[in-house]
Amino acid sequence: MKKMSRSPARKKSKATRPKAGRKTKAAAARRGFGTKHVMLMVGTRKGAFIYHGDASRSRWRLDGPHRLGEIVNHVVLDPRDGTTMLMAARAGHLGPTIFRSSDMGRTWKEATQPPAFRKAENGANARAVEYTFWLSAGHRNERGVWYAGTCPPAMFRSEDGGATWRGIDGYNDHPMWPKWNPPNAGTPDGLVLSSVNVDPRDARHIYMVTSDGGLFETYDAGESWRSLNKGVEANFLPDPYPEYGQDVHCLALHPAMPDRLYQQNHCGIYRLDRPSETWTRIGNNMPKEIGDIGFGIVVHPRDPDTAWVFPMDGTTVWPRTSPDGKPALYRTADAGATWSRQDRGLPRENAWFTVKRQAFCADDFDPVGIYFGTTSGELWMSPNEGRSFNLVAAHLPHIYSVVAATIE
Amino acid sequence: MRVTIPSPLRSYTRGLSEVAASGATFADLLLDLERQFPGIRFRMIDEQNRIRRHIRFFVERELVTDLAQALRPSDEIQIICALSGG
Repeated sequence: MKKMSRSPARKKSKATRPKAGRKTKAAAARRGFGTKHVMLMVGTRKGAFIYHGDASRSRWRLDGPHRLGEIVNHVVLDPRDGTTMLMAARAGHLGPTIFRSSDMGRTWKEATQPPAFRKAENGANARAVEYTFWLSAGHRNERGVWYAGTCPPAMFRSEDGGATWRGIDGYNDHPMWPKWNPPNAGTPDGLVLSSVNVDPRDARHIYMVTSDGGLFETYDAGESWRSLNKGVEANFLPDPYPEYGQDVHCLALHPAMPDRLYQQNHCGIYRLDRPSETWTRIGNNMPKEIGDIGFGIVVHPRDPDTAWVFPMDGTTVWPRTSPDGKPALYRTADAGATWSRQDRGLPRENAWFTVKRQAFCADDFDPVGIYFGTTSGELWMSPNEGRSFNLVAAHLPHIYSVVAATIE
Repeated sequence: MRVTIPSPLRSYTRGLSEVAASGATFADLLLDLERQFPGIRFRMIDEQNRIRRHIRFFVERELVTDLAQALRPSDEIQIICALSGG
């Protein structure tokens, strides 16, 4: 295991900033951290933690905690400007909000109008946002545009870098919304909307998923939506292959081949190559003793045939821990036809953690770095596409999300 | 009137545990707090004007259940974060 370097918890470290001036670059170099490095944004049950790696990704420095004590579901850096960060947070006692930073996390300001439903008339359909679960930056040509997914499932859009948010009425007020999101259904933390994927070729073409509705797409920036679930199982419903009602845990559009989609579903691993509308269950090619249940799925940033999953136990009462207490990633290099186990450096036995859907990601280095955070507060990484793993940090709170960004 | 602020909300009140605010009703008082400390109201009240699950308001040590409740200038207000666990 690599030893991590960690600054005192309550002392804010001077993080390397992107697009730094010469002095900052020189200072970063003196500290042993090159100007090009990976930044990991870790959202936890008790705040956000930011880790800066060196150029070799073998040493890591903590910046944080940020907003200690707040429940942080997602922290995301805007890839379009490299400095703006959004944080989806709430506290045990307080309602949900979005915190914004325009200086790489040095300071945070609250959104002036966080995601919220419209005031209901006569108390009917009086929905309130419990928490924001997901954040996605918009299309690269739409600077300042962000999307948020919430619990209960709703989608919000900001056009000013996350300061103010408006509901996407085409989904939130769709006549089918109550059927797509039935009451008393969903996960222990409630139904959520997540995995907002914007087509890099068309800002108006967007995919997203929900816990009890499946996958949806829009071609008009959210005014109208259609389900896209053909071939995807929902074995918890009377009709196991319904038009909608699936539980998509994670969707990944391949950035180099946007017509290729992967999803880790409650009921397996699937791939779809558009214009086809029928998903293929590539999880059938996983080892039977491991199965194809999990939360997250990560794609290689350049190779559309390569993806990683982190299987969990979906048998009996659904422990959602690694099968047999032996954590491992499974990697495909042929679009799901075959899978190989990757567990070098990970605990060999009695590791009973869970890796949540936002807590599993990759960087864009060569070779690609793979990262995951656990519900038991460990942050793991592989600098070599999964061939071996190192522990970056331990003893963190329950990890909800890990997002990697390359800082240059 | 004097309003007691619990620790989770003091990041909005610059660390103050007690602030002054006014209003003819509790709803008005919350609007005055929001005017003075932007963002504080939404963390206590949801978009349907419901008091959030772990927030309690007291006027002269009596629990507030209706935000339309009238207030007197001499009333002492307590905002309390109830047990939330975890």
